[in-house]
Amino acid sequence: MTIPLAVVVPTQLVHLSLVDVIIIVFYFALVLAIGFYLKGRANTGEDFFMAGREMTAWVAGLSFLSANLGALELMGWAGSAYQYGILATHWYWIGAIPAMLFLALVMMPFYYISKTHSVPGYLKLRFGEPARAVSAVSFAFMTVLMSGVNMFAMAKVMQIVLGWDINFSIWVSALTVAIYVALGGLRSAIFNEVLQFFLIWAGALLIPILGLYEAGGWGNLKVEITHRFSEQYVHLWSGVGHFSSNPMGINWVGIVFGLGAVISMGYWTTDFLVVQRILAAKDIRSAEMAPIIGAGFKMFVPLIVILPGLLGLAVLPVKLVPESVAAVTGGMSYNDVLPLMLARYCGPGLLGLGITALIAGFMSGMAGNVTAFTTVWTYDIYRPLMNSKASDEHYVSMGRWTTIIGVLISIGTAYFVMQFASIMDYVQNLFSFFIAPLFGTVLLGMLWKRATGWGGFWGLLCGIVSSVSLWAWVKIDPTALRYVALSADAKTLAQDMFQALWSFLVCVIVTVVVSLATKPKPDAELTGLVYGLTKIPTVENVSWYQKPLFWAGVVVVVFFVLNIIFW
Amino acid sequence: MISIWFFIGMSLLVNGALILCAGVYEIWHPPAHEVVLYSLHASVWWGALMTLLGAVYCIRYRPGQKKA
Repeated sequence: MTIPLAVVVPTQLVHLSLVDVIIIVFYFALVLAIGFYLKGRANTGEDFFMAGREMTAWVAGLSFLSANLGALELMGWAGSAYQYGILATHWYWIGAIPAMLFLALVMMPFYYISKTHSVPGYLKLRFGEPARAVSAVSFAFMTVLMSGVNMFAMAKVMQIVLGWDINFSIWVSALTVAIYVALGGLRSAIFNEVLQFFLIWAGALLIPILGLYEAGGWGNLKVEITHRFSEQYVHLWSGVGHFSSNPMGINWVGIVFGLGAVISMGYWTTDFLVVQRILAAKDIRSAEMAPIIGAGFKMFVPLIVILPGLLGLAVLPVKLVPESVAAVTGGMSYNDVLPLMLARYCGPGLLGLGITALIAGFMSGMAGNVTAFTTVWTYDIYRPLMNSKASDEHYVSMGRWTTIIGVLISIGTAYFVMQFASIMDYVQNLFSFFIAPLFGTVLLGMLWKRATGWGGFWGLLCGIVSSVSLWAWVKIDPTALRYVALSADAKTLAQDMFQALWSFLVCVIVTVVVSLATKPKPDAELTGLVYGLTKIPTVENVSWYQKPLFWAGVVVVVFFVLNIIFW
Repeated sequence: MISIWFFIGMSLLVNGALILCAGVYEIWHPPAHEVVLYSLHASVWWGALMTLLGAVYCIRYRPGQKKA
């Protein structure tokens, strides 16, 4: 039943059957059909860029999560779980849940009341044009670069796993995303993201179910991993007292303050790629409930990402190695653990579904980048800086063309990365340079009315510069990591955490100092933008169990219980 | 407007039916190289579950019935 594909190379990990190919083709046909169906509903700016602001809490919440659930995320963190053990779960729990709840209950009301189209748009309202220009230009630039890098990385994965030609993977997936986003705008992207969310779960959930069956349950799995590797591979918190007592080379300060308080807050509350989905919610209750629904599901994503990596430690007959070693020896790397587990348990049909889940994950991430780029370009760069008096129809047309052009730039970036592979590491650091200081700027803007326009601008700029400087310092002199992460035992991931923490602090300090030295805006101009000067709408006329605060409480309880269980 | 949940139902129904058929076919024609835990016939019950769920979504959210 296995059929040869025209683009196959001999080193692939898995072979697709006819039914697998049919499932993949059906997926592409369905996402394109959704794009064509929604074309007629994307005629105004609000429709195209904000999905008409009529999404329910469930649709916005699942889309919010799905935009983050990219294929590289799935495979990368499964590989990290194989490399570092259960510690990788921190990126899904403390590195996500508090930030998602903070977005829902504290920040979302300001985004929603201000009726902004984007995060840079909020900065314009709060701090003025200079702060918006810095954030919009850096965001647009990084988004297309990241999209291209991810596209290349995914094509590379498809080459290794399926033997598909890199050009084939890049062009087919990129053009499909370009078509359905250009036709239906954000609504089309959101609809497809929700579809992709279901496919990802349907395609990936069988691995932990069958894996736990094979391993003899969670208890036996822990015993096996402890026997083969170390006890610290199956404990979340008990080994993070010091950098040298856990496989990740990080301590609890980096995890709690660097990851939990800065990086995740920055990503989940100010990265427009995910926030845009919530801005499309139909009312304030839906906008608050959407991140809470996302948080509820996020807590269980480790089932399909981290658990397969842990199962790989216990049941795979081969030992996986770092990517750099695999490239030299021709062996299999940590990042191959998810496809290997897929091939281990999934026969014809299920394998196609699992591969479709990976493709869907990649396309949802790319669509997220493209729609965010299109909105920021049109509303925060093109309209204020180049053409402020055009009609709504003109901006929609600009949005459609920007979608196509953004995808083409991403494709160009993918080919550029293919020629100069070493640049990939640099580009992947771009977001970490930007996101922590941006969180500092937005947070002060929302919570401190004394923050001024120049304070916001210089704080953001100095935060970004400090982040880049710290990264460059360690790049030039690796021993500097002991100063940046406060320990000679710190490893790479600890650098990211502490780099974010310092750049956030620099941003906050500079913003405060400059604000105190410059003239603040009158209170009247800050109404609807700052805490204390804004009447926060409350969710009335619903039962207690329908209120966002209640469900946030439920999520918090489950969050603590999970952390204690896996302590 | 067709509900998003209808599209999801369609996807689960079609994919589930294909996986179920592939699983049943494998029972009568076992593959040369069996996957681990082949004896559990995961394709059959997982495919059946997806088909059932997809059918429920398709019926519940069929066009003209309920707004998304």
